[in-house]
Parts: sequence; C-alpha cells; structure tokens
Amino acid sequence: MWSYFARRVAIGIPTLWAIITVCFFMMRLTPGGPFDGEAPVPPEILANLRARFHLDDPLWRQYLDYVANLLRGDFGPSFKYRDFNVTTLIAQGFPVSLQNGFSALVIAIMIGVPLGIFAALGQNTRRDYMVSAVAMTGIVIPNFIMGHVLILVFGVWLKDSVFHLPAGGWADGALSNRVLPVFCLSLPYIAYLVRITRGGMIEAMRANYIRTARAKGLPFRLVVLRHALKSALIPVVTFLGPATAFLLTGSMVVETIFQIPGIGRYFVQGALNRDYTLVMGVTILSAALIIAMNLIVDLLYSLLDPRVRYEGKR
Amino acid sequence: MSASVLDLRNLSVRFTTPDGDVAAVSELSLSVGKGECLGIVGESGSGKSQTFLAAMGLLAHNGHAVGEAIFGGVNLVAADESTLNGLRGDKLAMIFQDPMTSLTPHMKVGHQLTEVLVRHRNLKSTAARDRAIAMLRRVQIPEPERRFEMYPHELSGGLRQRVMIAMALLCGPELIIADEPTTALDVTIQAQILDLIRRAKEELGTAVILITHDLGVVAGMADRVAVMYAGRIVELGDVHQIFNAPQHPYTKGLLACTPRLDDATASALVTIPGQPPNLQRLPKGCAYHPRCQNVMDRCRAEKPPLMSAGGGGLKACFLENFGRFQAGAVVP
Ligand SMILES: Nc1ncnc2c1ncn2[C@@H]1O[C@H](COP(=O)(O)OP(=O)(O)OP(=O)(O)O)[C@@H](O)[C@H]1O
Ligand code: SF4
Ligand SMILES: [Mg+2]
Repeated sequence: MWSYFARRVAIGIPTLWAIITVCFFMMRLTPGGPFDGEAPVPPEILANLRARFHLDDPLWRQYLDYVANLLRGDFGPSFKYRDFNVTTLIAQGFPVSLQNGFSALVIAIMIGVPLGIFAALGQNTRRDYMVSAVAMTGIVIPNFIMGHVLILVFGVWLKDSVFHLPAGGWADGALSNRVLPVFCLSLPYIAYLVRITRGGMIEAMRANYIRTARAKGLPFRLVVLRHALKSALIPVVTFLGPATAFLLTGSMVVETIFQIPGIGRYFVQGALNRDYTLVMGVTILSAALIIAMNLIVDLLYSLLDPRVRYEGKR
Repeated sequence: MSASVLDLRNLSVRFTTPDGDVAAVSELSLSVGKGECLGIVGESGSGKSQTFLAAMGLLAHNGHAVGEAIFGGVNLVAADESTLNGLRGDKLAMIFQDPMTSLTPHMKVGHQLTEVLVRHRNLKSTAARDRAIAMLRRVQIPEPERRFEMYPHELSGGLRQRVMIAMALLCGPELIIADEPTTALDVTIQAQILDLIRRAKEELGTAVILITHDLGVVAGMADRVAVMYAGRIVELGDVHQIFNAPQHPYTKGLLACTPRLDDATASALVTIPGQPPNLQRLPKGCAYHPRCQNVMDRCRAEKPPLMSAGGGGLKACFLENFGRFQAGAVVP
C-alpha cells in the first residue's frame, strides 16, 4: 500500500509540472498584458517595465527562467503590486485564507454530517423534509447575497445589541471579525454535506448487511454507527477532497465582501490585471492542494472500505 | 408434532407504493413445531420472504404487517423494537440468501460474530472470541483463527454462508429462518450448506424454516412443506405427500418444473404457463385460476379456503379427489 502512495506522490510531480507549463503559456496567449491599464503608459516607461520584468526575452527563455526560480521557491515579482514578490503575497495571504477555510470546513462537517444522518434516519418524515428544505435554501442562495444579508443583520440591524459583529475588515484576525466570513463560507458546504450525507446514509441503510445487523438484535444506534456509517461516508469523502482544496485557497467573493486579506481575491484580480506571476502562484498552490487532497481521499477510502485495493498490492 | 415454536395467525403484509398497495401476504396461518423443519416453496414473488421478514420485524419502511406471529408467548408483529432486539439473534435467527452482500464489508468476520455474543450473552471479548472461533470450527471453516481476522470479501461465497450460519447458531436459537440459503451458491457447496443446517437441526434441536423456490432442496430436508401462491398457502402437508400425492394443481405444476434425478426425460425448462399474479390486482376467486388447467366456474367466483386434503394435509382448492389423477391425465 505504501509503495502505491509513494508512486502516487511521484506521479503528482509531473502532473504539477504539466499544470505549470499549460498555465504559463495560456496566460501569455490571452490578449492584453500586465501594463495595459485604463490610462495608457507612456512608451518609454512601458519599455522600461517590459525590460525590468524580462518580457522582451523570448518566451521559452522566460519559461525556463520561471521554472528555475520556482525550483528555488521563488514565485517571481508581482506585476501589479510592484513592491512585492508573489512569494510574499502568498505567504501573507495564504495563512488567512487557510485559517478561515479550515474553520469553515470543520464547522461544515460538524453540522452538515450529523444533520444529514438525522434527516436520512427519518427519511420522508417531517424532520427529513425540514432539514432538506433548509439545505436546499443554503445551496440556492449565492454567497454574495448571503454575505450581504449577514452584514445587514449582524453589522447594521443588531448594531446596538450583544449580537453585533463587525461588518468587515480583518483586525489582525480578531475572533469577532472572523465569525461572519467563516459562517458565510461554511453555509453552502453545510448544505451540500447534509444532502450528500443523507443520500449516502439512505443508501447504506438499504444494504443487505444492515438487515443482517438488525436480525442480530443489535440496538439501532449500533446498527447505524457500526454497520452503516462507514459506507455512508464514502460519498462524503469524495466530495470533501476537492471541496477542501477550494475552501483552503480562499473565496474571492467572501474575501471581497468582508475585506479579508486572504489569497482568494488574487485569483480574479490577478487574472484581470494579467498579473502573470500572481496568477501562476495561486494556481500552482491550488493545484498542489488538489493533488494532495485526492491522495488523502484515496487513503480515507481504504480506511472506510477494506475492499479498496491499490494496484501493486500492499 | 409437539408444541409449536412459531405460530402465524392471519398474518397479512401490505406494501404502500406510489402506484397502489401491494398485498404481499394475505391472512396466512401456519405453525412450526419444536425441532421441526418446515419447507416454504413457491414462485418468486409469492410472499415467502415477506411472511418471515414480517415475523422478524424486518419489513422495508413501506411495509406493514397485521395479524399475529406468536413466538415464545410474544406477538412479534405487535412487539416494540427493543423486545424484538432481545429475541433476534438470540432465540430467533435468520440466514439470508446472498452471502456476498449480507455481511458488513468493512468489519472483520470475527467482530461480526462476537458482537452477537456481546449483545446477548454479555461476554467479554476474549470469551466471545473463543466461542466464535469454536462455532466457526463447528461449521467446518478451515483455519478458523485466521478466518476470524478476515474481511468478508476475502472469503468465498460458501465460506461466507458458513459464517452466516455460525452467526445464526451462536446463541443456540430455537428457530432459524433460512431464506434461500443456497440459491447463490454452486451445486456442490449447496449440498454442504444444507448438510450443516440439517446437522444444526439434529444436534441442537433447532426448528428450521427453509424458504426456497427449489423443491429439490426441500425434498431432502423438510418434514412438512407449505406451498405459497400469491401471498397465501395453497397446500400444506407432509413432505412425502406433497411430492407423491400433491393435492393442489399449483403444487403439481411446481413439481413438473423440478428436474428429477430419477427421471431423465424431465426437462429443467418446463415452467407453469401464464404469468405470476399481479399482487396489486389479484384475480377474483382462486388467485391461481387464470393459470389453472382444472379451473371450474366456481373458482372464478369464490376464493377456496384452506381445507382438509386427507392424510393430515391442507389445500386451498375446490377440486375433489385431485390427488388421484395421474400427472398426464389432467392435461386436456
Ligand atoms: N418494499 C417493497 N415494496 C413493494 N413491494 C414489495 C416490497 N418488498 C417486496 N414486495 C413485493 O412483495 C411480493 C412478495 O415478495 P417476497 O420477497 O416475499 O417474494 P418471495 O416469495 O420471497 O420471492 P423470491 O423467490 O423472489 O425471493 C413481491 O411481489 C414483491 O414485489
Ligand atoms: S380452486 Fe379451481 S382454479 Fe383454483 S387451483 Fe383449484 S381448480 Fe384450480
Ligand atoms: Mg425471497
């Protein structure tokens, strides 16, 4: 089994390299460039800038330089935030996104999974319909609306009450500044997890072996927790792999609404500004996270179902 | 037959479905004696499984049972979940058809056995382990200590069914309900599994209900046989009578479909002509009448009750002296 995972890690490296390469050339193929702002830059300055950022070198040269720098852990200078290099921007922003995303993930799991089980076990009863309706609402309402609603309620309407929460800003990560954005981030994930867990649990409870477990006279609680839960969680784990990678790299919408200095906003800003290096940096980061999460998901599968076998034996 | 272990009285099972109710079992009465092996036969969909799943309290969510299933003085149909849980796995055990899917895939075989003993006998884990391994040995599983640590997918179908039997026997039940215990297995394995069940019955005095659509299985095992059609018993009698002098045209039809070792001309491909009944809209009168070769006017209007068939047996058919006809003689 471990050799399987060693090989998976080894395959991850060329995968990442392929992503870097494709992404690098695709960025350069898109029309426009980093210095095509609204106000045209005078030609002399533009020439200087292009020279400073080596944009006049042949493309293959730029690519080789970029990869060589990457190997040294240097993501290059940002084209837009010219006093910063991308490594610094990520080092400042990523911990913020990571903390928020992780908190949102934990909250989503702790609320979504039990609620999904609760709904499944009362399948087609009132409690199932209620939980499912709330979950559906959570999925349907986009978070740019939910974010503003939360700000309106807790930041404005409840301003003079104990429930008042800051409408935005980060204040170096003060708890009260985190509550709304983390909640807003977690809401759609709670909703998805309710639905997926519910489906998984209903499916698991239909299995023949659940009938066997009940025929043994085991109390219902044990039938659910010992015999049904593991296979019910397989679709949950499948969903959580990419979802985790998404959450940890920050949300453009939530970070913009609540003015949080994470890296989520760099995805869109970087792309709009043709900030080549910044886009590359955040893309590489999320690609690496997704590769890692897929590996963890595979590991979890083998814990949930011993029939999962990895080619190349154990 | 001594005192009965399980008494079904007017047991009915209905399922609610989006396109109407399904009457899977209708007012069925039946009793199983201590240490007896009762065979239940009938085509697919005749209600064999649902009758006994109802008695076990294991119907699907959309199923509902009425009537009585008396076991040890308790009406299982009306009993609450904790009463049922006290009996199931202890005095009342069930073996299911498909050993591939009837064991929990993510639990080791050993744990699935010991949890029964922990639940009903309050055993500590080492004592439970010893008992479970002894039981695995008893059902002739080779290397039981090693098998104890395995997951179900690491065992063959035959071994898994042995595990299921071991599980059923762990607490020395008074009644084992075996629902098609050999249907999913190879012919050679089938004989071994049936032999195990027979030995459990003989050595432990356990009553056995053997559900099958294969009359051949019943022939060597059962003391009495109940034939089911459309959720009712159509014939009930001693195994020899059922095989040698069937009193109901449906039983005769089933027998004609069963390949016999002593009759080389019989073909396994014979089936009873016509469609099994639609349980949502059962025909008026005798449910078998659209397929019956002996149908009379009366059969279309009146439902035949279970009546004496001579020789201690029961039949639900208006024909008189049917048993005297030879198999060929009734064919028009
Ligand atoms: N959950 C359910 N909802 C609706 N109908 C059901 C349900 N479960 C069983 N039935 C119906 O009840 C009838 C009797 O089913 P049962 O399982 O007792 O048949 P059986 O005699 O055991 O046949 P088989 O040999 O196929 O196991 C069938 O027609 C089946 O379609
Ligand atoms: S009652 Fe009539 S239709 Fe029914 S089995 Fe007997 S002869 Fe056939
Ligand atoms: Mg069945």
